Amino acid sequence: MELICPAGTPSALKSAIDAGADAIYCGFNDETNARNFPGLNFSRAELRQGIELAHRRGAKILVAINTFPRAGAIEVWHRAVDDAVDAGADALILADIGLMDYTARRHPDQRIHVSVQAAAANPDAIAFYVETFGAKRVVLPRVLSVPEIAAISREIECETEVFVFGGLCVMAEGRCSLSSYATAKSPNMNGVCSPASHVAYEQTREGTSSRLGGFTINRFGANEPAGYPTLCKGRFATELGTGYIFEDPVSLDATALLGGLRDAGVTALKIEGRQRGRAYVESVVRHFRGALEALDAGREADIARLTPFTEGQTTTVGAYRKTWR
Amino acid sequence: MQLSLGPVLYNWSPERWRDFYFRIADEAAVDVVTVGEVVCSKRAPFFEPELPAVIERLKRAGKQVQLGSLILVSLPRERRHLDDLIRTSDVMIEVNDLTGLRSINGRAHAVGPFVNIYNEASAAFHADRGAKRICLPPELPLRSVATIAAALPQVTFEVFAFGRTPLAISARCYHARAHKLAKDNCQFVCDKDPDGLALKTLDQQDFLTVNGVQTLSYTCANLLRDIGALKQNAVGALRLSPQDCDMVAVAGIFRDVLDGKEEPEGGSRRLAALYPNVPFSNGFLHGQPGFSYH
Amino acid sequence: MSYPSSPTGESLPSIPPLLARVMRPLPLLPLEIVLARFMQRICRRNPQIFDRLGVHAGKRFGIKPTDLPFAFVIEASTQRPRLSVMRELPAALDARISSSLANLLALVEGRVDGDALMFSRQLVMEGDVEAVLALRNAIDDAGLDLAKEVADLFGPLGEPVRQALDAARNSLMKPNPLSQETRPWS
Repeated sequence: MELICPAGTPSALKSAIDAGADAIYCGFNDETNARNFPGLNFSRAELRQGIELAHRRGAKILVAINTFPRAGAIEVWHRAVDDAVDAGADALILADIGLMDYTARRHPDQRIHVSVQAAAANPDAIAFYVETFGAKRVVLPRVLSVPEIAAISREIECETEVFVFGGLCVMAEGRCSLSSYATAKSPNMNGVCSPASHVAYEQTREGTSSRLGGFTINRFGANEPAGYPTLCKGRFATELGTGYIFEDPVSLDATALLGGLRDAGVTALKIEGRQRGRAYVESVVRHFRGALEALDAGREADIARLTPFTEGQTTTVGAYRKTWR
Repeated sequence: MQLSLGPVLYNWSPERWRDFYFRIADEAAVDVVTVGEVVCSKRAPFFEPELPAVIERLKRAGKQVQLGSLILVSLPRERRHLDDLIRTSDVMIEVNDLTGLRSINGRAHAVGPFVNIYNEASAAFHADRGAKRICLPPELPLRSVATIAAALPQVTFEVFAFGRTPLAISARCYHARAHKLAKDNCQFVCDKDPDGLALKTLDQQDFLTVNGVQTLSYTCANLLRDIGALKQNAVGALRLSPQDCDMVAVAGIFRDVLDGKEEPEGGSRRLAALYPNVPFSNGFLHGQPGFSYH
Repeated sequence: MSYPSSPTGESLPSIPPLLARVMRPLPLLPLEIVLARFMQRICRRNPQIFDRLGVHAGKRFGIKPTDLPFAFVIEASTQRPRLSVMRELPAALDARISSSLANLLALVEGRVDGDALMFSRQLVMEGDVEAVLALRNAIDDAGLDLAKEVADLFGPLGEPVRQALDAARNSLMKPNPLSQETRPWS
């Protein structure tokens, strides 16, 4: 299985290659990608250099152009596609149907991966992308169990990529407007979720409050682990009680399931976190490279040393092992 | 401009659901009605026995009837169900997920607000494959709505104009979670909240509404003030999403404002009396936070 | 000031309180002159930092090492980056960042992940969070190697600083006895 690693900066890209990445995904420093965060991402020149470096070292570069083009400004996204193809990207990770259509027509030889933001959660939806745009790989939404992934793999004509570590969307990816409800900025339109520009931390006697667009998202005691100030991982109140209504602050770690994912026919394993630092990329990629080598050698993988990197200092195997079915 | 009634998103009792549509058929000033369970496939069997009579009554009343498909399709039985629906239905299907597009295979259909159409190119893609009506995602600002509608005059575009705004869909059920139940054994607890389960922040600010696997706004969309701009920009229909209030009266208010018999402010005052204690919002259309009202 | 135990159950490296007390009466001006020159040198050598900072270049960042009796204010403007050293951070700042000196230095060197420090409550941000993230990402990309230089700047106090820094480098990768359980997802 290929190991697909995040890079928000050229330095992180180099760290990922050094740590054993087979491929690195990254995006341009604008609204065309879903990690459009301050100080992050690649200029055209940086991408070109990153691709040259990766190819010299035998790694691939996948360019995420996975927001939904703004009406009346589609050419911004077309340019991103053209420039990524021109720079020698090994694949484009796309979410918008119109942009896939453009790419398939304009660059028929370019490899298209269906972004997790496209939320292709079943064989029919995946087959639609394969038949219509010639998509070669689908990044599966984080809502499927390992047996479901196995069933999907058997039915479809393309490769599958699944997340094995990092942040978890609690809602179906690419189909969530919670962020823009509070801030006017959304993953689909602006490439940001719960954007830093709208986050405020306040130190109070009860602890640290995180607020987003004026709404209190959470309050942490002084020694209580924290998570991102994302809406779906906040503490809220209903008439039934107060707490984590959607999900606790927690990160995915599927180290223990790598064998099952391989047997399910998964082609590639993806690490979330283009917004993270070099230290994260280096440690997490090295861990999974080791785990994959152990898997190939029939050894037990080392126990994860990755909890310090996780939200709420807690990990989960997420939907891969569903407790409701 | 048409008025279009969206599907009931909440878990109402089958009798109440049927009677609601009977009354809509007999009394409501709406042109198009979309029926069907789109939120949770587990609820669907309760409504299916009532569906033929509801569709028949709506059709007889001269309404254009559409059948909405499930927002998030993942289980094999959900795929089979969708496939059957598309192949056998004699009313137009409103797809809420791309899963159905292969079976639709170019036939006339509608596209619901849960499909990501953010620009004129993806709208054109759907139109080329048989989409006659498209209800745009509620998140879209007016500028995008206008650009898309102008590019495809052959398609009727709808915008989400009344009701709590759908914001997210999940594979997990937050109603079951709130009641400390597993999704598989949910006991259909979402039926306790015919208008959704209200969610507040830790500082007691009203924020969101939980409806099983779906999350909606706490605020109620109200685009009465924007009707002029929407008309000017070739929007063909306003979608009214059923809430636990007199939807016949809601439709009447929108009709009055559309026909110029009532000013938007007077209409909004009447709406507020019909659906009290829930603040209005139209922020998305203005490119502002969705909860805000301009 | 020493740190209480972290939420991960480990105590974190910090400047011993006695040492911090000894440092308190030290004159700040010489330190300011040295550090300002040092920062300007870094900025000159790494102009890409400003590209990444974008609109946030020129904002005033307050940096408070929680285990030192003084704080820094940085203005990262392209023309003339400025650094001042003071006993307490002033009120008029765009953003404040506080953590132990070891964590802050490790962050500057990209040896710890900023989000991980935030999740474990070892780093506090206030004010313009976007500006802080831009600064952090810009610095992380620059790949700075401060360990030796910073320790040198502290003269006779350099050794404990270096020790704290080394400990910080390793602390994040230690096994974490309190948080190895995984949670089910329902």
